[in-house]
Amino acid sequence: MQIRVPKTKRAKRELDKRAPKLVENVKKTLILHGTKTSAVLNSVLTELYHLKRDNAVKFSKKNENIKPFESGGETSLEFFSHKTDCSLFAFGSHSKKRPNNLVLGRTYDHHIYDLVEVGVENFKSIESFEYDKKLAPKIGSKPLFAFIGEEFESVDELKHLKEVLLDFFRGEVVESLNLTGVDRVFVCTALSSKTILLMHCALRLKKSGTSIPRMELVEVGPSMDLVVRRHRLPSESLLKEAMKTPDHAKKIKNVTSDVIKGKTGRIYIPDQKVGDMPLSNNIKGLKRERREAKQNKESKKRKTESE
Amino acid sequence: MEGSSYQIDLGNLMAYDPNHHFQSIPSSRGELANHCLEKGTEMVQAIANSLFSLPSTESRDGPVVKLPLPTTKLPREKHLPKPKPPTKWEEFAKMKGIKKRKKNKRVWDEQTSSWKRTHGYDRANDDRDIPILDAKSTDEVGVDPFAKRSAEKKERVKKQEKNRLENLKKAAKAGALPSHIQLAATALPITGTKKDVPKKASKDELESVAGMAATSTASGGKFDKKLPGEKPPKHSGKHRKFLPVVEGKGIGSKEKQQTEKILNQLLSKSSHEILDVNKAVTMFNVKKEKQRKKDKDANPGKSGKLKPNKKSFKKTSTKKKP
Repeated sequence: MQIRVPKTKRAKRELDKRAPKLVENVKKTLILHGTKTSAVLNSVLTELYHLKRDNAVKFSKKNENIKPFESGGETSLEFFSHKTDCSLFAFGSHSKKRPNNLVLGRTYDHHIYDLVEVGVENFKSIESFEYDKKLAPKIGSKPLFAFIGEEFESVDELKHLKEVLLDFFRGEVVESLNLTGVDRVFVCTALSSKTILLMHCALRLKKSGTSIPRMELVEVGPSMDLVVRRHRLPSESLLKEAMKTPDHAKKIKNVTSDVIKGKTGRIYIPDQKVGDMPLSNNIKGLKRERREAKQNKESKKRKTESE
Repeated sequence: MEGSSYQIDLGNLMAYDPNHHFQSIPSSRGELANHCLEKGTEMVQAIANSLFSLPSTESRDGPVVKLPLPTTKLPREKHLPKPKPPTKWEEFAKMKGIKKRKKNKRVWDEQTSSWKRTHGYDRANDDRDIPILDAKSTDEVGVDPFAKRSAEKKERVKKQEKNRLENLKKAAKAGALPSHIQLAATALPITGTKKDVPKKASKDELESVAGMAATSTASGGKFDKKLPGEKPPKHSGKHRKFLPVVEGKGIGSKEKQQTEKILNQLLSKSSHEILDVNKAVTMFNVKKEKQRKKDKDANPGKSGKLKPNKKSFKKTSTKKKP
């Protein structure tokens, strides 16, 4: 066995960036397509890439052997995910049976976690919208989400799609947010039990009487109908493992850690009931013979009692 | 269509309306879009209401609010980091109660009487910089103490490397290998004997094999692209010498030499003269000279005295004059 260590500090930093951490990095997206794509699908993929510019990787070559829903066809995807360190992917393909097919998937530890296959219909690209260019949302800003429709709760596929879309467009999980930086919103409306309408709008904050500004939506980005075709939920064990949170350290009872005192513990002693305790037989005041006789009597008594 | 209560997840800036459903989808696309935008605006307003009412701090870019933790849980992308198992030294130190001591970056070097760094280039108290070693009674006579010290250091380094590898293997087994380290298996033969270890080809072997491969091509390797540093093949191929086609008129000198050589060989074999006269005369002369030299050596210097005839007991009968 040989130990292989990176020779430069830069390489070491890159490897450390990709290591599993308690608080994770932003999820990167891998955008690629199969052997056949349509014009619509090409523009969908490019616009998706534009929306996620900072943390997305777009492949331009055709990939023959990727079939996400088949057991053998996902090895390539897992390999790419490992190489580019991307945990989300969008795979586009076009065939007669499934026109304008888009498979949105997530990986866990660079293995396929779950997949949703949607068909893209009624696609309108960014160029077809006219709006004041000053309102254009900046790349990398945290979007707002609006999900409309009871189907997102009742129908399994749409519930899954909602989760996947949230994961895709969420961006970085931040603690503090600059309020001037909110300038985009994704509006997803459930049209039927299988279709949703996804719209990307810019936000315009208008002055209102109170400190809370009035919101105005201006449609800017791509708008498309997504028809859920197939989906694969993660297996139970994988789901459980992926949803583990780091906080819950095992709580030890009666132990606290104080900054000044350090680690402190509490001991509970049961009530002694001094009044009910028998007095000892080793009475020092008595002479030895009497004392010993008393002691032996007690022990004999105990012995006969136990028998 | 009630704008009553939406489920708001502020950590994700998300709003969900569970009470909406389309009785009939509006026929035109534009109407549908407008309807969705209206609903969207309401929900975004609801998010903004709760967002802007959070306590905000003023920074130079604008008001900054502290977002609460997201309520919708999303899966992680990688597994949780596993704790590293303690190394062999760490276990030993824990057992003995040895605590880590902080080392200084600069240490006083006795030899040069200056402050030098503890580790690295030009370090203090380096093993290699000791000029004089006192001889101890335990030292053997012919042993170089400096070489011994450097050999010991090499041994220590090797032992440390072995221990480090063991610790890393233990960590890898527990799934907690440090992210920048990879353990790579070196090539092992499938069977166990030394014979089966694939021997590395030497430079000569590679050259000869390359030459053989080249000559097996259709044009004998003459037009093969040579790599930089590749030497031309050794056996350039000329094992036979052919006479030039044209050389003067009639029979040329080279051809004459060739035929003469062959004829001489043929004729000498069939000749009946056993004695080669020239050769015999030269042999005789050489032997005479040798004899003369030997006599001179045996009797150094010319003496006028009468000397008895020395009778040589060596058999030189054929050379005696009749």
